[in-house]
Amino acid sequence: MLKIENASKTFNPGTINEKVALDHISLLLEDGDFATIVGSNGAGKSTLFNAIAGSFITDEGYIELDGMDITFLKEHRRSQFIGRLFQDPLMGTAPHMTIEENLSVAYLRASGVRQSFWGRLAQDFSRINRKEKAFFREQLSLLNMGLEDRMESQVGLLSGGQRQALTLLMATVVTPRLLLLDEHTAALDPATADKVLKLTRDIIAERRITCLMVTHNMHQALELGNRTLMMDGGRIVLDVKGEERSRMTVDSLLQKFAEGAGQKLDNDRILLSR
Amino acid sequence: MSFAIIQTALDNGLIFGLVALSLFISFSILDICDLSTDGCYMLGAAVGVAVTISGHPILALPASMLAGICSGYVTALLQTRFGVPSILAGIIVNTGLYTINLMAMGMKTSLNVVGTSTIYDLFKSLNGSEFWMTWSRSVLLFVLVGILCILVYRFLGTRLGLSIRATGDSIAMVRASSINPGFTITVGLCLSNALTGLAGCLIGQYNKNAEINMGTGMVTIALASLIIGQTLFGRGRMLTRILGVIAGSIIYRFIIALALRLNVPTQAFKLVSAVIVAVAIAAPSAKQMIHNKKKEAEAIRERRNAGTGKEEHHA
Repeated sequence: MLKIENASKTFNPGTINEKVALDHISLLLEDGDFATIVGSNGAGKSTLFNAIAGSFITDEGYIELDGMDITFLKEHRRSQFIGRLFQDPLMGTAPHMTIEENLSVAYLRASGVRQSFWGRLAQDFSRINRKEKAFFREQLSLLNMGLEDRMESQVGLLSGGQRQALTLLMATVVTPRLLLLDEHTAALDPATADKVLKLTRDIIAERRITCLMVTHNMHQALELGNRTLMMDGGRIVLDVKGEERSRMTVDSLLQKFAEGAGQKLDNDRILLSR
Repeated sequence: MSFAIIQTALDNGLIFGLVALSLFISFSILDICDLSTDGCYMLGAAVGVAVTISGHPILALPASMLAGICSGYVTALLQTRFGVPSILAGIIVNTGLYTINLMAMGMKTSLNVVGTSTIYDLFKSLNGSEFWMTWSRSVLLFVLVGILCILVYRFLGTRLGLSIRATGDSIAMVRASSINPGFTITVGLCLSNALTGLAGCLIGQYNKNAEINMGTGMVTIALASLIIGQTLFGRGRMLTRILGVIAGSIIYRFIIALALRLNVPTQAFKLVSAVIVAVAIAAPSAKQMIHNKKKEAEAIRERRNAGTGKEEHHA
């Protein structure tokens, strides 16, 4: 369960470039919730993700994940519980390391941060063992991309779609308590995007991962998951689920956007993606 | 080339190979330009020679490594905790080390090993044969550097080693894997500076002397060795890359020995190494440029021969 209370963030405060990116946002995600987020550029979607992932500390407010106060927890500590995928498929993997080595680094999240000094030392100086190799191979085969036979290949040789699928696997190889998807299929060709999206849905459904997903595709926003959020000006202006959501069409979603934001819809990207 | 020159080139190549290996870790793997190398190398020499003079030539090795670790730790601390850009952090530490080095040498600008034996003397006294009399130093260095290469190679295959490699490759991926990049950078820089410090100690005992300016330009020399190694031995398997770096350092020393043979004055060596670095780094771009120009000329010639007259539009 993710609980955000009254979170705010202002960039460049007191200067001419002052920008209120998050404006007293509160949000409650139940376990297993899969919410899509839409909103124009600059609405605060990525800032919200950055706040949750810990890229910065919010100016005010409180963030809690599964009963744990993470408001001031460092980014690398939070990533033990929070998986994240970016739009850029090159961001989540190390290109000059092999698939196996990438997975092995991602798998470090399996062990708790708070272990004894000696336990940690033993882990630091251990190597990838046969059992893990078999486990990685099995996980890779689930992607259905033939990557399980290329475990010694450098990740830089893979295509964007393969890399994003690998990043997805790395983010979920240790089941996260929360998965943040920041337009993770937007940079892929339609066929590959569908494939990666299907993998994402399968993994989320199978393990009941709580998930937030930013998208600019209005159909996706209503089809995927069980909840749709709309952001504007650093606020959540729309939050629909259940029956209300199932009755919604792309047109009514756009209508709602105009109502919620109280202004005329002027974003080409949203209009075009109908 | 005389026999003694070859041997000196080999010995020096092995020792400076450690500095090149140090830059391999910081520059190639962590993607950090650590400019404290000059001062750290000198620190290793100062501490190493000072401890040797006090009668502990073997203890001098870990002592100089420890000194290097301290220096690397400060460089890492400045950039990971206090946001000092990495190049600046290295320059700051390098400047500060000048005084530290003088202090390590008892505020003298030069120290000589007199009256006590060095590790090379100790190793030489193990055996009396003629071969041993001439080659013991090279054997000792060969074994020492070989062991260190294997240790570094093995270390880079551990989980911590992989985390360090990932830090230089994709810092976002490291953060996403719940690894503190500040920690991996610190460990990497401590390791690399330990090697630099050890190299200083080995050369100090080899020459039985430490002189305050002996570190100047070391970073360029090490970079030259590193680049020679990477150009000749490629970017393939990790062990090949590591051994290639050492080989690059030995080749560099042979180039210098050759320059010496051709009566290039010793004062010109720094220029020679600067030119080697510049040429080696510029080579791929220059090659591509020549290749493109050739293709262009060929295409123009072909069009002219075909008589399409297209070249007027392009001119």
